[in-house]
Amino acid sequence: MTRRIVQGVPVPSWPMRAFKGVVLLVFCAVVILPFVGVISTSVAPNKQINESGGLVLLPDSVNFAAYKSLFAGGVVTRALFVSIFVTVIGTLLSLTVSCLLAYALSRPGFSAGRPILLIVLFSMLFSPGIIPMYLVVKGAGLLDSLWALIVPTMVSAFNVIVLRAFFSNLPGEITESARIDGAGELKTFGYIVLPLSKAVLSVIGLFYAVSYWNAFFGALLYLNDSKLWPLQLVLRTYVINDTQLGSADLGTELLPPQASIQMAILVISIVPILLVYPFLQRHFAKGVLTGAVKG
Amino acid sequence: MLQRTKPHPAQQLSLGRRLLRDRVLLLFALPGTALILAFHYLPLLGNVIAFKDYQPFLGIGGSDWSGWDNFAVIFNGDPAFLQALKNTLILTGLQAILVFPAPILLALLLNSLFSERIKRIVQSILYLPHFMSWVIVVALFQQMLGGSGLLNNYLRAHDLATLDIIGNSELFRVLVTSQVIWKDTGWATILFLAALSQIDSQLYEAASVDGASRMRQVWHVTMPGLRGIIILLFILKLGDSLTVGFEQIILQQQAVGRDVSEVLDTYVYNNGVLGGAWGVAAAVGLVKGLVGVVLVLAANKVAHIFGEQGVYSR
Repeated sequence: MTRRIVQGVPVPSWPMRAFKGVVLLVFCAVVILPFVGVISTSVAPNKQINESGGLVLLPDSVNFAAYKSLFAGGVVTRALFVSIFVTVIGTLLSLTVSCLLAYALSRPGFSAGRPILLIVLFSMLFSPGIIPMYLVVKGAGLLDSLWALIVPTMVSAFNVIVLRAFFSNLPGEITESARIDGAGELKTFGYIVLPLSKAVLSVIGLFYAVSYWNAFFGALLYLNDSKLWPLQLVLRTYVINDTQLGSADLGTELLPPQASIQMAILVISIVPILLVYPFLQRHFAKGVLTGAVKG
Repeated sequence: MLQRTKPHPAQQLSLGRRLLRDRVLLLFALPGTALILAFHYLPLLGNVIAFKDYQPFLGIGGSDWSGWDNFAVIFNGDPAFLQALKNTLILTGLQAILVFPAPILLALLLNSLFSERIKRIVQSILYLPHFMSWVIVVALFQQMLGGSGLLNNYLRAHDLATLDIIGNSELFRVLVTSQVIWKDTGWATILFLAALSQIDSQLYEAASVDGASRMRQVWHVTMPGLRGIIILLFILKLGDSLTVGFEQIILQQQAVGRDVSEVLDTYVYNNGVLGGAWGVAAAVGLVKGLVGVVLVLAANKVAHIFGEQGVYSR
């Protein structure tokens, strides 16, 4: 039997290709179906949700009642503001601090570069342990403060390494000529290096943003006051633990069915990730590999 | 790194003068370094409470030393601790067998696709779950497999027996393992795909000229090409072998009870932060961390003996 040859490689037989297609289709369906179900249920009409006994895959019609009640100013609205605050402020601070550190580490001839780089690299090899971490956060007076969600995770060693690799690969002649023109480190960094690094800055920024948005562990550990809860903790309480959301929690009289409210909370926590995902996806493979190779 | 043509005159300066010269860069590096020291290295010192009868109102300095008392739960084999250890090891074993090879197989499958476009679409879809938090993943699984989830709605609609997977302690381990596969298999293929793209295509041509079938090519060309990265990841995994998803498990503990779901990390959290047995919890956490480090060092040693590079060179 002769096989069709494309670019020097024999094309697999059709049963093999069909088999691969089916396997990949199943994989993709298993990933996509839950998202479709959740989004559909959040906008499905009450009658359809009751008839199906819960989740709906294709809504008959679309209604946004659940979202209206969530945005009416109750628990979920507040949690949304907390999550947005932590994500925006946290990402800005993380980027600033990480870039400064990575830039210093990328400068050839920086006298303290080697020991600081070792401190950064070595911190990736172990995690500090729950109890001592809790004591440090408590000792810093951060318990029951939103800063507890930001400060302990502000610098990711991995992201610093990726940024440093990028800064190091910028052509040395550019910074050298800035130096000759009399620019100090701050000017070189602000006017030369940062503008050349927009791509890597946005990717690392998105990595930080995603991790702040998803932060659950810190909130569970450090926040007792439910007024400070970010979206992830609200999600745990009202969706996973199935605590009922009453009209007092929502700040509205009209109550859509719990199922659609729960799914709407879930959608609110997923959508920001889905929005930045196409952009993340374009760049992350490269970012991750740079980090892996240079680290 | 920049290559210098001749030794920089600055390198002959004394350390103090060099630091003074680099004061701006030092200032740049200060906040980040301070944060890493404060939240990665300082907690290591906090482990001292494993040797103390820690009382929160007395503080670390004020609490009395208690020697090895806190380690008694470990060495005397306290049943709750042993159960947590057993659950941890079972989950680790399941992950080594089921979770670890999954991305390798998936990467081989993706790599064998002819259409770049299909490959890219499939990758975009399969990477997505990695960016979801554990809270979202657990909630999605509940909606799919729980009592009123999609699966059971379907079974009910077709007059079949329902199957409650969430909250069933017998199925908990399978559930937890499949969640890990769902969340991170796609993402984990990135490294393997990169390694696969490095393999010289002439090797495949040579093998096929020698009459090797597709399967034999995978075995004799592809697998040796992946060996380095597989060993590297396995060693890193070993270091984490006593860590099995704190967030994932604490979220689902209420539904199944602690018998099957208590692992070392949740044991530390439940007994320390919630139960107030700070010293004992810190002792368990400390031993767990040390075992992880020892396992990595040992595995690396073994890798060197077999002539592999491992995580770091010797």
